Amino acid sequence: MKFGVLQFPGSCDEIDALHAARLVGDAELIWHRDSGLCGADAIIVPGGFSYGDYLRAGAIARFSPAMESVIAFAREGGLVLGICNGFQVLCEAHLLPGALLPNANLRFTFRQVELDVVRADTSFTQACEAGGTLSIPAKHSWGRYHADEPTLRAMDDAGQVVLRYATGHNFNGSVQDIAGVRNEAGNVFGLMPHPEHAVEELTGGSADGLKIFESMRLAVEGALAGGSSRA
Amino acid sequence: MPEAVTLPPTGPTPSVEDALALGLTREEYELVCEKQGRSPNQVELAMYSLLWSEHCAYKHSKKLLRTLPTEGPHVVMGPGENAGAVDVGGGLVCAFKVESHNHPSAVEPFQGAATGVGGILRDIFAIGARPIAVLDSLRFGELAGAGASERVRYLLDGAVSGIAHYGNSIGVPTVGGEVYFEGPYEQNCLVNAMALGLARRERLVRSAAAGPGNVLVLFGASTGRDGIGGASVLASAELAGDGEGEDRRPTVQVGDPFEEKKLLECSLELLERGLLVSLQDLGAAGLTSSAAEMASKGEVGIDLDVARVPLREPGMEPFEIMVSESQERMLCVVEPHDVAAVLSVCEKWEVSGAEIGAVTDTGRMRVLRDGELVGDMPVRALVDECPLYDLAPERPAEALYGPPAATLAVDAGPRETLLALLGSPNIASRRPLFEHYDAIVQSRTVRRPEQADAAVLALPDGSALAVSIDCNGRRVAADPYRGTVEAVLECAANLACAGAEPLGATNNLNFGNPEKPHIAWQLSESVLGLGDACRAIGAPIVGGNVSLYNEGSTGPIYPTPVIGMVGRLPDAATAGRLGFLAAGDRIALVGAFAPSLGAGELEKLHGRALPDGLPEVDIGAAAAAAAAVREAVRAGVLSSAHDIAEGGLAVALAECCIAGAIGARVELAAGAELAASLFGEGPGGFLVSGSAAALAALAERVPVTAIGSVGGPHLTIEIAGEMALEAGVEELSSAHSRGLSEFFS
Repeated sequence: MKFGVLQFPGSCDEIDALHAARLVGDAELIWHRDSGLCGADAIIVPGGFSYGDYLRAGAIARFSPAMESVIAFAREGGLVLGICNGFQVLCEAHLLPGALLPNANLRFTFRQVELDVVRADTSFTQACEAGGTLSIPAKHSWGRYHADEPTLRAMDDAGQVVLRYATGHNFNGSVQDIAGVRNEAGNVFGLMPHPEHAVEELTGGSADGLKIFESMRLAVEGALAGGSSRA
Repeated sequence: MPEAVTLPPTGPTPSVEDALALGLTREEYELVCEKQGRSPNQVELAMYSLLWSEHCAYKHSKKLLRTLPTEGPHVVMGPGENAGAVDVGGGLVCAFKVESHNHPSAVEPFQGAATGVGGILRDIFAIGARPIAVLDSLRFGELAGAGASERVRYLLDGAVSGIAHYGNSIGVPTVGGEVYFEGPYEQNCLVNAMALGLARRERLVRSAAAGPGNVLVLFGASTGRDGIGGASVLASAELAGDGEGEDRRPTVQVGDPFEEKKLLECSLELLERGLLVSLQDLGAAGLTSSAAEMASKGEVGIDLDVARVPLREPGMEPFEIMVSESQERMLCVVEPHDVAAVLSVCEKWEVSGAEIGAVTDTGRMRVLRDGELVGDMPVRALVDECPLYDLAPERPAEALYGPPAATLAVDAGPRETLLALLGSPNIASRRPLFEHYDAIVQSRTVRRPEQADAAVLALPDGSALAVSIDCNGRRVAADPYRGTVEAVLECAANLACAGAEPLGATNNLNFGNPEKPHIAWQLSESVLGLGDACRAIGAPIVGGNVSLYNEGSTGPIYPTPVIGMVGRLPDAATAGRLGFLAAGDRIALVGAFAPSLGAGELEKLHGRALPDGLPEVDIGAAAAAAAAVREAVRAGVLSSAHDIAEGGLAVALAECCIAGAIGARVELAAGAELAASLFGEGPGGFLVSGSAAALAALAERVPVTAIGSVGGPHLTIEIAGEMALEAGVEELSSAHSRGLSEFFS
């Protein structure tokens, strides 16, 4: 299976995402101006500052040729993971509900955080233990997840909250401790913490993040084996 | 006699008064006239004034700097290039350098610090290395107590936010640093930034222009009026009292990390594709210094047409274009047949690129506007013939620095004293500051801040780099020679605790006005100490920076020779940690540690003035202790290793307990005065923990004193059988973490 990792001129974590994806499959960078997705089975929209993010995080990236293709890919059921700035881009593109606001402390903040796995039955978390926790670094200035009440209720009903910050770890002030959400169809997932920075003990503080990539591999290979139209 | 060239017509000929206003002396102006064979015009005078400024010409420090060791088995590129570089094995080199942005930061801390980071990163990728880490070294006035001011909090907030903004946005981790708060930095804060980069050895590029007929391409941001005169006006004169800083704000540059990120990727792609003959970043003095220095290093001439420079605003005069310090720009030399390919790579990264001139064989720096000559100078005169000055050092007859305000009663007990030290701004946890920096992007960070004495970065072959930056200005102020030796030893000790052996060092000499005899004395003593210590531990200086004239109306800063040191350890997996690990581990004091109270942190809390001189340093013994600790860490037999620094043994023990979230029981022999045993400072001491066998093996090489064992929820210290101090680890941790958080949130 092959991951495609988008690369914007201000991407910072795309090489880390590429490295993480390559631990479970093939992976290739996709330049923001290209509209082809290199035959990728799953897409990662990585962290960083896409086009400098001077207007609003992710607001410009959403209109790039590569993102237009990713939006079409997602609408056809393709697997899309957005990390940090990628999560912001996916919200801007309305592939995911809600929005990311400036952290409660109004500063860029880096911490190793504990995440509660709310659902271990999704295409992005099936390699995690149900009810378990993941130790993953988070680093951002616009990471406070926000959605209005009706949206939050609908998300609850559809089981769209996949990860929450464990007690005491919600430093950015996200509503209901939400750290990671998926779309209704379950093929698009975004989170603020960086699983690609927790794929080996030596540099990640843990290897818990690898489970996200491993889950995606299982999902793609399951779909391929099952003869899904999306290949 | 130099050949006299007709004066190009660019407005009225400047007078000697104009030259004085630009920072040249009367004698220097006369020398310029002699070199030119006539009076310089506006463009030429502006360019001479910058290149002959302290910042560019090192005219008061060059003779001293020549005494420093610059060669060693690992050195690949020494001083003189944009950054130095050392071989780290596996075909890779590590490029690194520290640079200051002190005066801009004192005027506008956010942009000053941000562009300081931007500038040092450009130095790294200008030699073809991908930046992999940033460290910073900061100094401000007092944050707590009677001498504290609101302005210090403003400067601290601005500088930390500026570093975070730039480093985080460009995807280079900030992995370490240091900060001290002392009265003498009140009016003149210090912001030094160090960067490291990695490159394949054969990809390194130099800055010397070559090949007459080759094309000069300027790429990156457009050129505006920002930062005009920054090098001469800001970096080479003392800052006046309050108020004047406001007037100077327009001379501070404004940074754009997104532009620099594109510039970085564009530069590395150009080099990867072999399209450049040479590359140089534009820093202080902008096009003037970059073009002239490229020409000087290549012993060629350069013709540069300012009409071809993409401008941010209309109506800029030729001299403004030549001296602008607009950020995020690079200058390269390209063979004519590669120009189209170079511009197409620029287009890919959405970076503007323009042909602005050519390399010539004239040996002259010629500035044109639309083909018309507006400035013409011999490159050698401009770059290499600024007069160098001998210092007139004189040991000060009386103390230069007054005592700090006391913040702790002299009769406070050991427990209260330890808690006060742990919470004092110079010792308290730096977490409230560093948690605003991305320390892990690029996936190399093996040891994050507060996990080890040095930051550790993994290399592709399984080995790792360790890096530390340090200088205790108070100790240098007490004794410029020994204080500087201690700063070098402290860096080496930090590397040793991580398991690394030094490969090379960089330095940033932050001092007051060298034209004053007592500052000249500090500077020459300090450089002597720097050289002696670096030679003794085998860490050649591969590059650095000098920042002089750091004085305000209340006097000079503490002399602050900031040392950045890079080392290597063979196995990233065995990198040392500072925190105690396991109950039952034995604790030992390693090295010939001879603590004393003078110039220490406790004396500062007590409001005592600096002593005149520090105890003699046995450099050899300290280096031997570091080597022994390093080997033990590498062998993987120690649970923890930490060097003893500010606040002495008791603070070091508390730091090991806090980092490991576990207590310790320690017994010290009777001997020296109680306060000196617990809180005295000095070089060469390490605190390690591990099995009894591991400590016994260490004792075969260096002095080792078993002092206790790890375990329990408390730190207890007995001296000669009497309980001297007992405190819960949580209590220690709380004091340590609160110290700075109340000033920075």
